[in-house]
Amino acid sequence: MTGHAADSDILLQLDGVSMQYGRGETAITALAGVDLSVSRGELVAVMGASGSGKSTLLTVAGGLTPPTSGEVVVEGHWLSQLSARELATLRRRSLGFVFQDFNLIPSLTALENVSLPLELDGWTSKKAHRPALDALTIVELGDRAGHFPSDLSGGQQQRVAIARAVVGGRSLILADEPTGALDSTTGELVLRMLRSRVDAGAGAGGILVTHDARHAAWADRIVFLRDGRIVDESRASAVSSLLAGLQA
Amino acid sequence: MSVRQSLLAILNQGPCYGYQLRAEFDRRTGSTWPLNVGQIYNTLDRLERDGLVQKADIDADGQNYVEITDAGRAEVAEWLGSPVVRTMATRDELAIKLAIAVTLPGVDIAQVIQVQRTATMRTLQELTRTKNATADPESSEQLAWLLVIDSLIFAAEAEVRWLDHSESRLTRARAAGLADPLPLNTDVPKRGRPAKTVQANA
Ligand SMILES: Nc1ncnc2c1ncn2[C@@H]1O[C@H](COP(=O)(O)OP(=O)(O)O)[C@@H](O)[C@H]1O
Ligand SMILES: [Mg+2]
Repeated sequence: MTGHAADSDILLQLDGVSMQYGRGETAITALAGVDLSVSRGELVAVMGASGSGKSTLLTVAGGLTPPTSGEVVVEGHWLSQLSARELATLRRRSLGFVFQDFNLIPSLTALENVSLPLELDGWTSKKAHRPALDALTIVELGDRAGHFPSDLSGGQQQRVAIARAVVGGRSLILADEPTGALDSTTGELVLRMLRSRVDAGAGAGGILVTHDARHAAWADRIVFLRDGRIVDESRASAVSSLLAGLQA
Repeated sequence: MSVRQSLLAILNQGPCYGYQLRAEFDRRTGSTWPLNVGQIYNTLDRLERDGLVQKADIDADGQNYVEITDAGRAEVAEWLGSPVVRTMATRDELAIKLAIAVTLPGVDIAQVIQVQRTATMRTLQELTRTKNATADPESSEQLAWLLVIDSLIFAAEAEVRWLDHSESRLTRARAAGLADPLPLNTDVPKRGRPAKTVQANA
């Protein structure tokens, strides 16, 4: 990685980010002046009604679309200052997306799916093999490396997607309803994987978009979006007052 | 909260004295609902009046033991065998608060809902942290405590879902031109209402 990475604890910063789709009369404001930062070791959940701008927030944070106004800073890089090539490189090396529908390539094995981002970044498949297997091991699927997506359960496929999102030491995980297609228990396991990745001390962090309260509760911080604005925030206190008397 | 039946179920294990009952209740519920000894004795009095427990021995330390009766045992079996019914009489402060708030002019109900949502999510975060920091239970006390935590987690989740539901219901009602605030009804019949100036001893 570049030297910038270690300079700051802040992985991602959104500064006054607004996003409009379309122009003029029919323009839709999906984000309106969003300020948000994610530090290393931090998992931030985003909650909000359908249409409140959650997916747009992730798309903009991940550099997939430039905001209409405002600035996105990833690991110290101002996205607006990067060339298209630099942006693509930054995305490949720093960012990992996880979607509701897994988005694995069916003709590739789990290992090949996880290796893919590294190979796209110029690694030989032989060299990519090791870190890909490490990433699969993190999500407890080291023994399924040779399986194709169709041979894996939904929960397992999503764990492969998480491995793909973190492979090669990529630090910012952007997950859009990652548990949306999973039953509650399987979803919980996926959350556990995300959480342990962020807690591993490797400097990773992430944004988790979900409407499931029980899953959002795994985050360190929860921001609430309404009509493209952050209207409130919940931060878990270090010591729970509620449970102070409850420890057995 | 079924303090009465809980204490009875504990007494079904054998005679206890007041402080002992409190300790037993606490350790089985992770001290989530602390009871004071006064509550315990009040409850025991009523249980005795109803013939569900009776006085037993006094030990060398002067502790008054209470033991369960056959009727008490039957009540425990009945309690464990039937569901907890949440009656309408269960006062749900939050539901009442929202119901009143929707009818008031000048109240940003979305904000009222959000304030509650944030508070409940914070609770849910803390419960989740506590649960995740707990290893697999190694004792019955820990297992009982985890069950209590789970129940609090599911209750908090249900509350958030209900808030989400209320918010979208409200949004739809507003869009349909409904959900206007209710002004005070000025046509209330005056009959039967004592005039201010009338003194009780006049
Ligand atoms: N590509 C797009 N073109 C036009 N409007 C869009 C597009 N994507 C999202 N929107 C609109 O932007 C708003 C926010 O959408 P989105 O970010 O998908 O919300 P969420 O993920 O919270 O459901 C919605 O009103 C949606 O219809
Ligand atoms: Mg979305």
